[in-house]
Amino acid sequence: MSAFSLLAADSLWELFSRAISLRDYNTRVVLGGTTMLGISGGLVGTFLVLRKRALAADVVSHAALPGIAVAFLLAERLVPGSGRSTSVLLCGAFVTGLLGMAMTLAIRRWTRIKEDAALAIVLGLFFGLGMALFTVVQRTKTGNAAGLSHFIFGKAASMVAADVWLIGVVSVVIALLCCGVFKELSLLCFDEEFAAARGYRTVLLDWLLTLMAVTVTLIGLQSVGLLLVVALLLIPPTAARFWTNDLKVMSWLAAAIGGVSCAGGVVLSAAFPRLAAGAVIVLTGAGLFIVSLVFGKERGLWPRWQSQRQFEQRIGRSDLLRACYELLEPILGPDETTQESLTKYEIDDLELSAMRQWPAGRFHGLVSSAVRESLLAANSQSGFRLTLRGAAEARDAVRRHRLWEIYLLTQTDLDPRLVDRGADGIEHVLDPQQLADLERQLVTHLPQGIPPSPHPIASATIN
Amino acid sequence: MKSVLTPLQSWASLDTWIIVIGALAAMACALPGCFLLLRRQSLMGDAISHTSLLGIVAAFFVSHWLVETNVISPATELSVRHVAMCLGAVIVGVLSAWMTESLQKFGNVESSAALGVVFTSLFALGLLLIRAVADDVHIDPDCVLYGAIEMAPLETFGTSGIPRAVVVNGVVLTINLLLTVVLFKELRLSAFDPALATTQGIPAHVMHYGLMGVTAMTLVAAFESVGSILVIAMLIIPPATAYLLTDRLPRMIGLSLLIGALSSVIGHVSALTLPPLIARSVGIPDVHDASTAGMMAAAAGFLFVTAMLLGPKYGLVSRIWHRLLLKLRIAGEDVLGGLYRFEESAPAPADLSLATERAAWLRSLTTQSWLARLATWVLLRRRWLIGSGSEVRLTDTGREAARTLVRSHRLWESFLAKHFVLGTGRFHESAEQVEHFLDRDLLAELDQDLDRPGVDPHGRAIPN
Repeated sequence: MSAFSLLAADSLWELFSRAISLRDYNTRVVLGGTTMLGISGGLVGTFLVLRKRALAADVVSHAALPGIAVAFLLAERLVPGSGRSTSVLLCGAFVTGLLGMAMTLAIRRWTRIKEDAALAIVLGLFFGLGMALFTVVQRTKTGNAAGLSHFIFGKAASMVAADVWLIGVVSVVIALLCCGVFKELSLLCFDEEFAAARGYRTVLLDWLLTLMAVTVTLIGLQSVGLLLVVALLLIPPTAARFWTNDLKVMSWLAAAIGGVSCAGGVVLSAAFPRLAAGAVIVLTGAGLFIVSLVFGKERGLWPRWQSQRQFEQRIGRSDLLRACYELLEPILGPDETTQESLTKYEIDDLELSAMRQWPAGRFHGLVSSAVRESLLAANSQSGFRLTLRGAAEARDAVRRHRLWEIYLLTQTDLDPRLVDRGADGIEHVLDPQQLADLERQLVTHLPQGIPPSPHPIASATIN
Repeated sequence: MKSVLTPLQSWASLDTWIIVIGALAAMACALPGCFLLLRRQSLMGDAISHTSLLGIVAAFFVSHWLVETNVISPATELSVRHVAMCLGAVIVGVLSAWMTESLQKFGNVESSAALGVVFTSLFALGLLLIRAVADDVHIDPDCVLYGAIEMAPLETFGTSGIPRAVVVNGVVLTINLLLTVVLFKELRLSAFDPALATTQGIPAHVMHYGLMGVTAMTLVAAFESVGSILVIAMLIIPPATAYLLTDRLPRMIGLSLLIGALSSVIGHVSALTLPPLIARSVGIPDVHDASTAGMMAAAAGFLFVTAMLLGPKYGLVSRIWHRLLLKLRIAGEDVLGGLYRFEESAPAPADLSLATERAAWLRSLTTQSWLARLATWVLLRRRWLIGSGSEVRLTDTGREAARTLVRSHRLWESFLAKHFVLGTGRFHESAEQVEHFLDRDLLAELDQDLDRPGVDPHGRAIPN
């Protein structure tokens, strides 16, 4: 009856190819059921993670243990032989799982113990009780063969087709339910008071979410094991969060990640029977999590590092060009106000680097990237000229800087010695619209063209 | 009763050692647990207890590899392995704390989610490694999980006859006690006010990771003998129980040690006695005992629930009781005040219409509220009231108490009239509530503030 008839295979390769090509009916069933489990776990988990309650699933799964044992004992007592039925065991698990949840809530509500400790207490208590009951079960005549310990570490291979169908159907129902109340749940996650004000029954919704989470946790027990089942609800949504800021996209992505990691886990553990399915499922999820953590579009480390680097480069470039302009400014004739006139003069390496006191390495990096982007043209000796493009950008940078300086001088009581530093930070984030507004506001203070600096340049940049 | 205790007749020194080992492990866990609880990192212990499996597996690999490459002889492998296991678990424990924190900081992941991702992934990795090499190294995940406290006394330390687990857990307990005593000030400050601790030059990071390292070491030492279930339970449940019983940190630590030891005793005794009893009553004959570790955890949970219900200050029962007493006092005072007002308006008790009115008032009060009924009964017992049914009247002591109450009521009304712009009708409702909570000093102060008024804003005399 076992879902995998692995023992019949002759070689590892044959095993592997059988698993990969899904030649066995049972492999296909297990794959389908577990994938559905992953999908519904991802969907429900999305809301649970957003409500910062994902670890409650861990408590539920641990609290299920005494329920499983008691259900077995009672069932064996009433109808001998019925204790191995998955649905009977899951009913017991459901009762104590909810009981565990209720006890956490009671501890939080009626004592001064905080949420984290309440979770830890209930987890320890129910798990210990479960273990004690388990030893009782194992000492009964039929208990040893009942395979209850599969619930702890999980064993997809021990599932029979009927179990898988149960898991699959319940998962589909949960996934559909989740889609059905998607709007209400998202409102609950983001603005509970608003949802209540709109007339939604938030308490009811909260319980619905809890019930769905408990159900997913329990049907996941058999394949992933109670120690790891929380990962089904936790890892996919947390991974999906790196890619998007849109709840809808996030939940679909979480469902996909959950489905893929479950499918991957089942196939891999079918191919290599020594790999426990639960652990492989979790590790596949963890792999996807790491990929998301690094490359995720919205919050991933690499894109964020990339955009920060680009921003820093843009700032460095505009600082460099402004320094070029300010270096040339004193020697420009009164009628030399065009871009072309800026390109005529030689800029000395040392003088330029003294303008802002860049560290040597940074300065050379900036200069060479400016040369590469043909904003500066290198000369034969240690000097450059501004190119036409460079001159245009330099004028823009200076204009932005001085506009803000004049704004600070005229509109605030800032000390004139401080305006340079104040403008240094803001000039890079002014967009064209704001610049136009500034120009309109300051029109009485502005001469034609680029305004002169309101403070002596060299001393201000050095202090 | 005899049948319950029958299993205890075969009590052996083995059982005593089991209790000693359990108690030592529980006490060693309770010490870091107290600070984890206060720092709201209770789940960190649970997480570390899962992830240290990876460290243990790694230690097995290392010691196995050392034997293979002839660096150490197979004879010394066991002792090397124990040290390596401890080190491995501490490293992985601190690593998981660091990973959680980094995920939180650099990945913007919410703290509990970060913890969950880290501990499930590392635990899965450990589980996978164990399964993958199960033939080469003799380590059973079940054993790490359940522990084998029943077997622990059999492995003795040298020739002394003292179980090795006693020595290991005893040493860890001693280390933890020393650390707690030496670093008490720093631990307390950084648990209650990390910001202040930082300004006092106590490095927050060192404290955080130090606590994580000590927790991991304690867990691993206890794992081997008692299993991770007991460890998870003993880390948080005894400190949480103690937290419900006291407000002082030293007392909390002492109590948590006591509770840990107590749960070990209760746990083992009930593991021997309760399961056969229960199993027999549901008709399963051959159950003799249950997992001691599980029952110890359950016993700790039982003590927690007891403290939650019966704790002197924060217990549910005591809180409900105190609320009841307060309600009773207020109801009684309302009866006294009402009677006093009737007496006041009828100097001669013969006024018949007033007497009927009074009887009607009393009847409606006592039929409407059981609290008033109970309060009247209490006042009669105390001899502040005399008579029965709707015919009760004040005694001299009762009249004295009633006078103070009415005085409070009218002084408060006068105070409100003097300092607040309220309609006259509004004074009464406020005074109706505040009258029960004004003590003698406050009354004197009110009296002085109002220049010893003779009448209240409604024109009634204020009794002295």
